[in-house]
Amino acid sequence: MKLRLYLTFNEDTVREPIIWKLGKQFDVVTNIRTAEVKDHMGLVGLEIEGADDVVERAVAWLGEQGVQVSPIEQNVLEG
Amino acid sequence: MSIVRALKCRECGQEYPIEPTHVCEFCFGPLEVVYDYERLEGRFTRELIESRPRTMWRYKELLPIDGEPSVGAQNGFTPLIRARNLEKVLGVSELYIKNDSVCYPTLSFKDRVVSVALSKAVEFGFKTVACASTGNLAGSVAANAAAAGLTSYVFIPHDLEQGKVVGAGVFGTKIVGIDGAYDDVNRLCSEIAGKYGWAFVNVNVRPFYAEGSKTYGYEIMEQLGWRAPKHVVVPMASGSLCTKIDKAIKEFVKLGLVEDAGTAVYGAQATGCSPISRSVKEGSDLIHPVKADTIAKSLAIGNPADGYYANRVIRESGGWAEDVSDAEVVDAIKLLAETEGIFTENAGGVTLGVTRKLIEQGRIPRDESIVVCITGNGLKTLEAVTDAVDRPCVIKPSIHEFDALVQAEGERCAA
Repeated sequence: MKLRLYLTFNEDTVREPIIWKLGKQFDVVTNIRTAEVKDHMGLVGLEIEGADDVVERAVAWLGEQGVQVSPIEQNVLEG
Repeated sequence: MSIVRALKCRECGQEYPIEPTHVCEFCFGPLEVVYDYERLEGRFTRELIESRPRTMWRYKELLPIDGEPSVGAQNGFTPLIRARNLEKVLGVSELYIKNDSVCYPTLSFKDRVVSVALSKAVEFGFKTVACASTGNLAGSVAANAAAAGLTSYVFIPHDLEQGKVVGAGVFGTKIVGIDGAYDDVNRLCSEIAGKYGWAFVNVNVRPFYAEGSKTYGYEIMEQLGWRAPKHVVVPMASGSLCTKIDKAIKEFVKLGLVEDAGTAVYGAQATGCSPISRSVKEGSDLIHPVKADTIAKSLAIGNPADGYYANRVIRESGGWAEDVSDAEVVDAIKLLAETEGIFTENAGGVTLGVTRKLIEQGRIPRDESIVVCITGNGLKTLEAVTDAVDRPCVIKPSIHEFDALVQAEGERCAA
């Protein structure tokens, strides 16, 4: 499966090489399509491609690292 | 006559043909419908608009459909009322309420965006439409789809209040409850939207869906006597409505239908979910996602897709953003009901509460025209005000007891 995601990094995670670690720990192809990094926050548009279960575990791992993971639409679930 | 030119990336400017797609393949930026306004020169007049039925479709040239609407042909054209009682309470000279709490058919402004999304979906050839929602959007998709003979799916969190489930289920939609945290539910719905060949109103047809909001702005200007207000206060969830009201005003100015009044756009959020207002107040253009914790659930989007663009509109127009506590939301709902006889849902309480705050702060001057955007109906969120409303006085079926009650009330009022 291929997912298109926005990753939001906070002050604690913005300096960490988390996408590099992701590629080391999981057999996924990562492709950064857009990025904006500031002192206190970072926003990355990322494609992740791989086997379904691996991609799902990779996304869960990102959340465990303190990265906010949302689909490219950001808020599909509306009021 | 359609003057739609293309879909255009709001980030990199790349243009795409009119198709059910919503994200730029190059930079992941959101796509927006763009028009060739020159083709309307001299043809789209006040007289033409006024000659048409009183629905949101009287501005159809500025909406992204090719022919006549096939869904929601009766929707829109809700009242704009001069709120004279509220003017006195707030100490302002010219205040209006644009009242989408009575929008047809499901009593919220979502009927505008959904009717455009579904009309476009029919043009694209879709037979099944869908959405993920915790409230107003679900009901609107279900109702408008039913009336148009479309199959609909509505995805909801599994623990959604029964009233909201019924409010969509009664229309015969297929409801799927998803057991999980907000972010997981949200992400799954994105995956479903990508996998199934349906028109997901706020995903693959989102550029068309969002354009429906402009009709709210067009109506305000027409109902003000072809004039743009000086100040407009808008509730913010994703932030889209802010940007589309601003776009509506710019389009009418460009087409010569109104004078440029330098309208300032103000954004309203609940403090328990205020990523956009926070960014405006901090002078930042980055939106920090938050976990929502507010009674204003129809505005509870912690990671707003249009937050950056709403922030820009607010700042460039000379407006501001504020947020109010849940207690202030309830106070404002009661204030609107008791002064103007309009019962709004929690989002309306947010908007009026923020309006009051901005007036008190001096950010909105007291002597210029102000429009408050009320977008949903209070009957859908009764639980918010149940404890804030007086209980009935219970008496025996006796005229003497009633006389005593009236006398006591008179003494209370006199005291």
